[in-house]
Amino acid sequence: MEFKDTQAIYLQIADYMCEQILLDKWKPEDRIPSVRELAVQLEVNPNTVMRTCEYLQHYEIIYNKRGIGYFVAAGASKKIKQLKKEQFLANELPQFFRSIYLLDLELDELKTHYEKFKKSHFR
Amino acid sequence: MISIQNLSFSYRKNKPLFENLNLQLEAGHIYGLLGKNGAGKSSLLKHIAGLLFPNAGHCKVLGFESRYRQPAFLQNIFMVPEEFYLPQVSIKSYVSTYAPFYPLFDKKAFYNYLEEFQIPMDQKLTEMSYGQKKKVLISFALASNTKALILDEPTNGLDIPSKSQFRKVIAAAVSDEKCIMISTHQVRDLDNLIDSIVIIDNHKIIFRQDVETVTDRLLFSTVTNIADTNKVLFSDSSIRGHAVITPNEGAQHSKIDMELLFNAVLDKPERITQIFN
Repeated sequence: MEFKDTQAIYLQIADYMCEQILLDKWKPEDRIPSVRELAVQLEVNPNTVMRTCEYLQHYEIIYNKRGIGYFVAAGASKKIKQLKKEQFLANELPQFFRSIYLLDLELDELKTHYEKFKKSHFR
Repeated sequence: MISIQNLSFSYRKNKPLFENLNLQLEAGHIYGLLGKNGAGKSSLLKHIAGLLFPNAGHCKVLGFESRYRQPAFLQNIFMVPEEFYLPQVSIKSYVSTYAPFYPLFDKKAFYNYLEEFQIPMDQKLTEMSYGQKKKVLISFALASNTKALILDEPTNGLDIPSKSQFRKVIAAAVSDEKCIMISTHQVRDLDNLIDSIVIIDNHKIIFRQDVETVTDRLLFSTVTNIADTNKVLFSDSSIRGHAVITPNEGAQHSKIDMELLFNAVLDKPERITQIFN
């Protein structure tokens, strides 16, 4: 996995793990790979993966069964989307608004672009 | 696990290398030892391993004074030095000769590591390239399962694929009982493995913090122009903009840039340490 320089590693690992869940590669109530397995695969310190797991556990995306490992929570996808939405509204949307303001773009104008984008990518 | 107290040492009279150096290292961590050429990284590691003796002060590993090299100490420490000698024997006979010194030696793990590193088994150690020898020694070090593991510039001489393999085997080897200490100039090879940073300069340890604390207190970012110069602790300019370190006032989670941190600590040791006190 390629890590970016811009964000803490434990958060980038969280993104990676959330993606596995959203793509249905890790299903609800599945046991996820162990901290050690993930650390080896991603070539990072196991303590970093541990921090990611605690972070995801805090948002109830995964849960811990003592002595067995971490499991995907039942409503994980929903929780991830909610969390991502909050992060998007807080971080990326202001950037986006700034750009369209500086470029004198109108929201209505963007609507047609958005419809086109959806058609070509998701249908 | 490793405790160094008031260590003083000099190779020559009136030219001290260490003066009252103190350092405590715990199990469960991978420490990155950073320092300029000649700052004493290798000498410090040799003190820990019992290969150099302090002029004054103590250096203890698991409660054993390193300099006495007691068997119970030697069983629990392994050092991969930067320059090393391997005898003219096969891997098999090397293992049967040296593994018995390490009661927890795991033969199966050793051969797994060699496989991961793609080392040919039918060659004599002396017929191997420097990089291959180093990989054999690293595999042996990890398989010996010692509580203290010291690696002096381990990624020097490793080719590109082996660096990734090296990170994998180290990630697999960490445990709550082990203390791993790595000295390196190639921090980018290892920056996701190291969880605590130790910087040596001017006869002393001038910085020792875990990465989590560093990113709690400091913000690493790249900006196109430096708006508020008062806040910038350190900056490095390149074509991509200015890589800057500022106090982390907004509780943001940035990725540590160890090279930048190292330069900052050497440039403004007081200002940086102030933030951590």
